[in-house]
Amino acid sequence: MYAVRNWLIGGLFMLALIASPAGSRAKTTPDTLELDALVNLYDKVHFNHAKHIMLVKDCAECHHHTAGTLTQNPNCVKCHKNSGATASVACRSCHFIQPFSAAALRQKDKTAYHNDIMGLKGAYHQSCTKCHAKMGGPAGCQDCHTRSKQGDAFYSAGAYAPKQGRVEEKHRSH
Amino acid sequence: MKRRDFLKGCMACGAAATLGVSQKAWGMSSFEGYPEGMGVLVDLTRCVGCRSCEAACNKEQQLPAPDAPFDDKSVFEEKRRPTEKAYTVVNRYETEKKESPVYRKIQCNHCNEPACLTSCFVNAYTKTKEGAVIYNSKVCVGCRNCMIACPFNVPGYSYSSALNPVVKKCIFCYDTRLKYGKPPACVEVCPQEVLTFGHRNDLLKIGRDRIKEKPDRYVDHIYGEKEVGGTSWLYLAGVNFDQVGFDTTMANEPIISNVKDFLGIVPMVLTIWPALFTGFHLLATRNKNHTDHEDGHSAQEDPKP
Repeated sequence: MYAVRNWLIGGLFMLALIASPAGSRAKTTPDTLELDALVNLYDKVHFNHAKHIMLVKDCAECHHHTAGTLTQNPNCVKCHKNSGATASVACRSCHFIQPFSAAALRQKDKTAYHNDIMGLKGAYHQSCTKCHAKMGGPAGCQDCHTRSKQGDAFYSAGAYAPKQGRVEEKHRSH
Repeated sequence: MKRRDFLKGCMACGAAATLGVSQKAWGMSSFEGYPEGMGVLVDLTRCVGCRSCEAACNKEQQLPAPDAPFDDKSVFEEKRRPTEKAYTVVNRYETEKKESPVYRKIQCNHCNEPACLTSCFVNAYTKTKEGAVIYNSKVCVGCRNCMIACPFNVPGYSYSSALNPVVKKCIFCYDTRLKYGKPPACVEVCPQEVLTFGHRNDLLKIGRDRIKEKPDRYVDHIYGEKEVGGTSWLYLAGVNFDQVGFDTTMANEPIISNVKDFLGIVPMVLTIWPALFTGFHLLATRNKNHTDHEDGHSAQEDPKP
């Protein structure tokens, strides 16, 4: 009797294990994402998640081991060969928006293996630009980000560019 | 006790005392930065030359408007160095090894034992416990000794100011950020996370780990770990450092070591020498005065009996 019950529980558990990642993925995987971390300089980036899934197919390409698919990186496989999907697959749950704040530096476990995790902005750019170069995706800053008025002021560009005359004058005086 | 033994003892004690003093006074030579000092690890393999750090520095330090927009790539045609109008600049280098160019950000490296501080006779410079090398422009007299002393050719000078020209350089955003535990503006704005901010000791570990993990990507050297006694800003590169404008002939000794022995003698010269040589003079001329007196010359000088 107990044996049957144990088998039943075990079977149900297995079923749940198999079913849950797919189910939760379907529920939570967004088709588009609005990336607004740099909104003080650039307009929001409308990230077409669905299109990237279609193109790349392998979740691990961007999400490492967290999405439950096996990563190809031999270095990661050493530990994450059998790790399942993590509770959150959002980039920002591991890649902090403020990676160098005093709080983040204090939290850092210096003995842990992952003690050099990039911040969110760094992780996006490193990951995106590398793949875009390979696949022929947009590569220039403003191909993905439309610079806002504040951004123009920050870079002294666009309407805020230094007057051409002044530059020429400077060159002439040299 | 024999006279000879007594003299030997005196010699030994004197030597011991001198050594003891000198070790205490010159113990600074082994200073390796404050234990809680912060730093920045610059990973040149990540830089794409977007010049955002230059723009952020300009705004944070409220520097005058630039000559060209910060997204203008034509500035890479010449090799620039920091000036009064730009405390940090990015230069581009074409190298043999890499097909794509290598970019290198230049700013003050915030030495553990800064040569600028050593050379400044009005004591305008301070090395803070957070690791920044800051300066008090109210005290600066504009002598430019620090510009000559700096092994990295960093301090700029406000040549544009006719009345009160002073030295201008990167201060690690000390006043507005570092003091409050925040990373400098350039670190925060960098899209590629070329710049990693943290405790210098941790950054050295991170740097070594990166080299170990990707030995093909990096040259096995952290520039600034030992150069001129160590700097708060550290560099990793994928090509030899001399190919991207670094001086690789720099000694590991801090610049102060070149002058410290000499400077240690100065107080001795000023205090002991006058007394010593006056004594010698008096000793040497004691009998001479007597003979002078006898000869009848300068009789009014020494009326001693």
